[in-house]
Amino acid sequence: MNFSSRGFRPILTLAAMSIAVVCATALVPGSRAAVAEAAAPAPAPAAAAAAVSTMQSDITIDSYMFRPAVVTIAKGTTVVWVNKDDDVHTIKSKAGPEAFSSPALPTGSRYGFTFKRAGTYRYICSVHPYMHGVIVVR
Amino acid sequence: MHVSGTPPRPTPEPAANAEVKDVSKVVESNVTNRRQAMKCLLWGGAGVLWTFAGGVPRPLRLGGEAEAGEVRGFTFGQISDSHIGFKAGAHPSAEDTLADAVAQMAAMQPQFVIHSGDVSHLSAAEQFAVAGEIMQGVKRDVFYVPGEHDTIGDDGKLFFERFGRGHGTGGWYSFDAHGVHFVGLVNVVNLTSTGLGSIGAAQIAWLKNDLKGRASSTPIVVFAHMPLWSIYPQWGWGTADAAPVLATLRRFGSVTVLNGHIHQVIQKVEGNVTYHTAYSTAFPQPAPGVGPGPGPLKVPADELKAMLGIRRLEVVSDRVALTDKTLAQ
Repeated sequence: MNFSSRGFRPILTLAAMSIAVVCATALVPGSRAAVAEAAAPAPAPAAAAAAVSTMQSDITIDSYMFRPAVVTIAKGTTVVWVNKDDDVHTIKSKAGPEAFSSPALPTGSRYGFTFKRAGTYRYICSVHPYMHGVIVVR
Repeated sequence: MHVSGTPPRPTPEPAANAEVKDVSKVVESNVTNRRQAMKCLLWGGAGVLWTFAGGVPRPLRLGGEAEAGEVRGFTFGQISDSHIGFKAGAHPSAEDTLADAVAQMAAMQPQFVIHSGDVSHLSAAEQFAVAGEIMQGVKRDVFYVPGEHDTIGDDGKLFFERFGRGHGTGGWYSFDAHGVHFVGLVNVVNLTSTGLGSIGAAQIAWLKNDLKGRASSTPIVVFAHMPLWSIYPQWGWGTADAAPVLATLRRFGSVTVLNGHIHQVIQKVEGNVTYHTAYSTAFPQPAPGVGPGPGPLKVPADELKAMLGIRRLEVVSDRVALTDKTLAQ
């Protein structure tokens, strides 16, 4: 709580602008590497994998990537995504015969969707739209 | 008091009475460094303090009432990325660290507080409720903009229901306080395919209209969740259509852009525009491009609070002085 009066000296001018910037805290050091969560909480029940299917294909979300990024499955297969990242992700369709969209998936949770129509589905994480995945249904 | 959105309640605060007494303080504290004072100030005879507004010197009378529309000294606060609902391993709850941040903020007695988004971790109604409750501890009005964690699945419907009352369609808004014009932008709905923030044509048109007719000497403070400058686009640390926003702001003599999103303080100055990202109150993130992704940094428990923080902003004349303070301080 101890703001020094020096740090808070009122600043009036253009010249002082640079002082304000210099006084403020610098970039947080980035030497610590991000470490993947070792012990994920118990997986939540599949949110939308209601349809009973004997065929299942698992996709892991890890380090901001869908693994595998491209999956080919037979019609009627349920794809289950498991989030192993520390960050929250979602599954959201961008193109394909059917639309699907998961709720927010915190660490350790999973989401399932059963593909009943053939075609190529492209999806993303809506929080990190640079994460891309493809499901090919034959 | 305001164009749209909820105006800040007038809050009695001794430090904000920037009349005779405070202006004298300004002078006194600055002349402790005479060289700096001579460089910074133009003296126009006894009792007149010259300040620069948009590059144009103008007098601020000592011993008299500040003129109408003149910027008075006041402070406000910034809290960011509270991520209520976030939990990972041994990390303490985001609720506890936000409560710490709020207690520190309350002790500063700012006039009001800005929350620059990612209030919640998962856009859940109860997370918004808990966050709102904890934030009440600052005992001041809080002006929110959403982060991408606040708009999951519903484009921010729940967020705006709780924190966007009185804002127009789209959730962006502006208000005036002590002669400073504040603009809250929404850049987390319709993220681009590369993950960058997006403002959109409708909001840009609104902003142009909002700023139209304002004197270029009006200090502007813009706040939005995702950085309005490109910090690390590979992780979505930027806003795709920031350029037209900045073009609209360029004519103003003092523009301060406050962002969150990257959970660390990075700053940039470009002409009259200064950009500042902020600490999170929940967890730190890696430096740009370090590691496989922008996920939470795992740090030893005893180091965590040194990597979380809040910001105090002091407006004096048309300039904004920032002080970032970690929760460990």
